[in-house]
Amino acid sequence: MELGRVEGTIVSTAKTVRLKGFKLLLVNLIGPDTKPSANHVVAVDAVGAGEGEVVIVVRGSSARQVDDLTSIPTDTSIVAIVDSIEYKGKTVFQKHG
Amino acid sequence: MKLGRITGKVWATVKDKKLDGVTLYVMQPVDEQDTPLGPELVAVDTIGSREGDLVFWVGGAEATFAFPQRQIPSDVTIVGLVDRLDLQQLPSS
Repeated sequence: MELGRVEGTIVSTAKTVRLKGFKLLLVNLIGPDTKPSANHVVAVDAVGAGEGEVVIVVRGSSARQVDDLTSIPTDTSIVAIVDSIEYKGKTVFQKHG
Repeated sequence: MKLGRITGKVWATVKDKKLDGVTLYVMQPVDEQDTPLGPELVAVDTIGSREGDLVFWVGGAEATFAFPQRQIPSDVTIVGLVDRLDLQQLPSS
């Protein structure tokens, strides 16, 4: 899995039938330092993530292991909202504070 | 499978229910000389490893087979702890 920060919401009216009703978010892939990168992905949200939140992104067919997503065409899903990250012994990210 | 070094830990209360109870680590993929390879990843731990440990991990769809009774939404799963790595010294050409 990878860390990411939700940067936006994708609004899409014309989309494949099986994606109807799912929230699509634009996610900037980041490292544990949570600094922005040049890499973005469009992800199906499985946990109710919102803009600005740090999340965990799963890719490939593993992205369909979430119960609601087993038969939808996604290769990128958000499966967790990060509360905090400890890196090399230091707390480098906390959601509130 | 590949080698990795656990460098940190991630806490997440809100997550897919299939991930309840699992430990999530920040892991740096490394080569046999412990040199970092590519970006750091978030890995599901299945063996009770700890920060600083050298582990081997499985990626892709196979990472969903972490536990006997269920599949989980993971594409990076730690499946073994490296106790020791013996490298054979090959003659240089």
